[in-house]
Order: sequence, then C-alpha cells, then structure tokens
Amino acid sequence: MSSPSTTAEQLAFDAKDVCVWYGEKQVLFNINLGVRPKSITAIIGPSGCGKSTFLRCLNRMHELVPSARLEGHITLFGDDLYAPTVDPAFVRRRVGMVFQKSNPFPTMSIQDNVVAGLRLNGIRDKAFLNEQMEKSLRLAALWDEVKDDLHKPGVSLSGGQQQRLCIARAVAMQPEVLLMDEPCSALDPMATQKIEELMQEIKRNFTIVIVTHNMQQAARCSEQTAFLFMGKLIEMDSTEKIFGNPSQQQTEDYITGRFG
Amino acid sequence: MTIAVESAPASASKTVGQRLPAPSRAGDVFSERFTMVMAVSIFALIGLILYELLVGAWPTIKTFGFSFLTTSSWNPVTEKFGALPFIYGTLLSSLIALLIAVPLSIATAIYLTELAPLWLRQPLTSLIEMLAAIPSVILGLWGIFVMIPFLSKFVYPGLQSALGWTPFFSGPIFGIGMLSGGIILSIMVIPIITSVSREILSSVPNLQREAAYALGATKWEVTRVAVLSYAKRGLFGAIILGLGRAIGETMAVTMVIGNSSRISASLFAPGNTMASVLANQFAEASDDAFLSALFAVGLVLFLVTVIVNLFAQLLLVAAGGNKHGKLA
Repeated sequence: MSSPSTTAEQLAFDAKDVCVWYGEKQVLFNINLGVRPKSITAIIGPSGCGKSTFLRCLNRMHELVPSARLEGHITLFGDDLYAPTVDPAFVRRRVGMVFQKSNPFPTMSIQDNVVAGLRLNGIRDKAFLNEQMEKSLRLAALWDEVKDDLHKPGVSLSGGQQQRLCIARAVAMQPEVLLMDEPCSALDPMATQKIEELMQEIKRNFTIVIVTHNMQQAARCSEQTAFLFMGKLIEMDSTEKIFGNPSQQQTEDYITGRFG
Repeated sequence: MTIAVESAPASASKTVGQRLPAPSRAGDVFSERFTMVMAVSIFALIGLILYELLVGAWPTIKTFGFSFLTTSSWNPVTEKFGALPFIYGTLLSSLIALLIAVPLSIATAIYLTELAPLWLRQPLTSLIEMLAAIPSVILGLWGIFVMIPFLSKFVYPGLQSALGWTPFFSGPIFGIGMLSGGIILSIMVIPIITSVSREILSSVPNLQREAAYALGATKWEVTRVAVLSYAKRGLFGAIILGLGRAIGETMAVTMVIGNSSRISASLFAPGNTMASVLANQFAEASDDAFLSALFAVGLVLFLVTVIVNLFAQLLLVAAGGNKHGKLA
C-alpha cells in the first residue's frame, strides 16, 4: 500500500462539484467538501438527504448500484479517485468502511474475520497476520473481550462486539481513511459509547468520516460537521460553529429540532 | 373455531347487531374442516403407500432378509432375487448425474445472481425452470434418437481411447448404458439444482457482499468469500434435492440405460436402476415371488428417496434460518 506524502495543508478528501444520479433522479447537487486528515468529520442531515450516498462516493461503493452516475472530482490525498485507470477495488483498499448493521462473515472465526481483507490481498505470512490481528483488535477495544475465543465464529459476539469486530476488520487493512455509515444506529447507548471512545483512539492514525443521524453524536465526536439537506451541502464548518452559531437558518432549524 | 364466534366488541354489536341478522359461521366451520380433511388425507395416502409396499414386499423380506440388498442374482425363473445390481445402478447413475449437473448448475446460479446483466436474469431463470417441465418420456426419446447416436459417434470413442485403460471406460460401446443413463439424469436434475441454488444465493444479504467489496474485493472474491461461503449449506441442500430427483427418476433412464441386471465396472455397459427395473418388469411379473421381489425393490426406493428428500429439506430449512439468525 502506497502512502503518499501528506503535507499539513493537503486534504484527505477533496470533493469538487460532485453530482450523483440514480437513473434519472439526481440525489447530490454540486457538493464541495474537504476532509482534513487525522480528524473526525461528521455528515449530518435528515433521512434521504444524500449523506450515505455521498459517503459511498468516497470509496466508490455507490457504483454497486448499476444505475448510479457521478460527475465531479474527488481526490484522496491528491490522487484522483475517479481517474479512468483507477480500479474501484484499489480505492476501497485505501478507504475502509463500516456499515450501519454489523456484517461479520458468518462462516469465519473472529480472527479470520479480522484478517479477511489482508488475506484477500494475498498476504499469507502467518506472523504478520497474527500481529495485525492483535493490533487491530486492540485498536477496536475488543482484544481483552475475545482474546481467549479467537476461534469462535464472529457472529457469536454481541451486537456491539460485532460492530467493533467490523471496525477491527476495516482498520486491519491500514486504510488511509475510515468511512462509518451510521455505525451506532443499531446499538444500545453503552455499545455506542464504546465505539465513540475508540473513534477518538483511531483518529490518531486514520482520518474518519462518519455519517450519523444522531446530532449529539456528531457534536460529541467530530471536529468538523457538514450539514446536507435534499442533496445539497448547506453548511460545513467546525463542529463548535455548526452547533453553536450556524451561519445558515436551515442548519439552525435542523440542529434545534425544528425539522428533520 | 371458538375464536370465530366471539368477534366484534359489545358496543358495536348493540348498534349494528340489532338491525342485521347474526352472521352465519357455517362457511368457516365447513372450510376449516374440509381443508383439514384434505390435508390429513395426504399423510394418510403416504402411510397407505408405505403399508401396501410393506405388505407386498413381505414374502421377499421373509425369504431373503438382508441378503436381498447384498446379493446380485436376479433370476425370476429360479426365484432367486437380489437387488444389488439395481441399488448399484441407482447410486452410480445418480453419481454420474451429480458429477455433471453440480458444476453446471452452481455455475449457472452464480451467473444468474451475481454476474448476469439484470435484464437477462429473469428470462434465463424462467428458461431453466421450463427445462424441468419437459416430460421425461420426451427426454428419453431425445436420448435414444439424438443424444446416444451423437455420444457414441463423437464422445464415447474419444473417452475410451483416452481412459480405456481404466475398467470404467473399457469394453464394447453399445450407446445405451450406465453413462448414457447418468447423462440423461443430469439433464433432468440441472433445473432443480439450478433454481434452488439461485434462490439460496439470492437470499444472501447484500450487506455480506458490501462487507467484502469494502475490503477491496474483486467481483469473484466477493462471490467466493461473501456469497458462496455464506450459502454453502443451502447449496448442499440443493444438491441433495437434485440427488433425490435423480434416484427416483424413471422413464428417461429406463429408455437409455440398457436394462441389464448385471453389475459391470464399465460405464459403457448396460445397467438398471431400481426405478427402471420396476418400470420394465412389472408388466411381466406373473408369479407371486417375482411380484413380491419387485415390491421389495419399490420399498427400498421409496425409503431411500424419502430419506434423501428429508435430509435435503432439513439442510434447506437450516440454510434459510441463516437469514433470520444471528446476523439479522
């Protein structure tokens, strides 16, 4: 995995005029958005505002919908993600993702789940795999809970543990960015708190972009917040500014619960 | 039935019920009883079939006991009966059928659920299911007049020159025989294995595919890591279901397998299956001992197919449970 040199000013993601259509229907309108490295950027907005779609454009997962079409540019540390020569599979090796519902592979043990991505990339060195497995499980704050049960199936864990297993699986790839698509929406408050804590740990090494419909979560965890509404970026600023003194009326209406 | 009588709340019955005649529940009672009788009669029918088979086979079971399954002489004249050649034929022809049908069916199912363009999926699926609707006697005729001449001209000689040193492909090529029976069977089980596998694969949650895609998997890697391993138990069930069909299939096999009651190692040699011996010999079974022996073959066939099908259903139910299990 190549890790391009990052200067302090270089953005992790730089999206320019991103428009997305599903068939005839346009769902994103001229999104311009920069993500700073080694920080947590939250994307908030009501259901259907396009926040998940935008997140998926960052690792080209939206292309799994056959009718999806994108215009505009997105760079990852300066590299054009949509250059014609770029293989989407390669983009996804640099940009990890955690989903709304935990999705460990049910036929794999806990340890095999964690290194599934590395194995897919052809890494067979046992010592290296074991080292990455332990490191990733520790980073996902799961090691102490599962270290004696590494051979048990991944789906034998509780919901919150499964989600942390999926985080471990994603970070084991040592991605440059971790995308999180409402990672706590199916979890109880205790499990949610654990994941929020480990996000603070992870951001020392990785950039995180999180989509959430939980505004308190965005306010608690993130440094920057973007507010999307009906496919348009209404406002993006530091989280303090968005939740303290937003410059747009729509943002204020949303965060104070007047709609959405 | 008692639930149906106490319906609408009391307040409603005072206003509405006083003006209208009380509703008749006769239809409810009748439909419930009628459908129940119909449903129970199916179980009764299966029980009766089993009973009749047992009664018919009893003289044979008494005379030959377990050796009926392990001896291979089948001689109506001397009234010596051993079903081993037919059990062997059923197992071997089904095995050949599965060897051909399984890779073909699973590959087709993968293409239909994972790779084919969306507009092609439905028509192809319907077409494959239509293959199952071809009457087996027509497949048998096609086997005799088209498939066998083709195979014995272009395929079997090549097989023999390449693999003739093994006992399986040695000896004279008749055209009809065990291998032709297995190939006809494979055509008959492909639709069922394909359509059940397709359903199993399409029930794999998309979230599983996305998990693999998000790790940078290619399309084939997604199929392998996320789809096939998730579905393997269900796919096994689909294969066993196909096996059940192959074991019981009668007409087409009878027409091409050659109907010989001898066990030969060569796949080119004629053979017989349990189903085909029944179809062939019932009409000429004149005396009681012969008829009873055929009943005993029928009993074995019945039990084997029931057990195989039950096993397949169990696997498929367990695989279906995957969907609603821990992952959900």
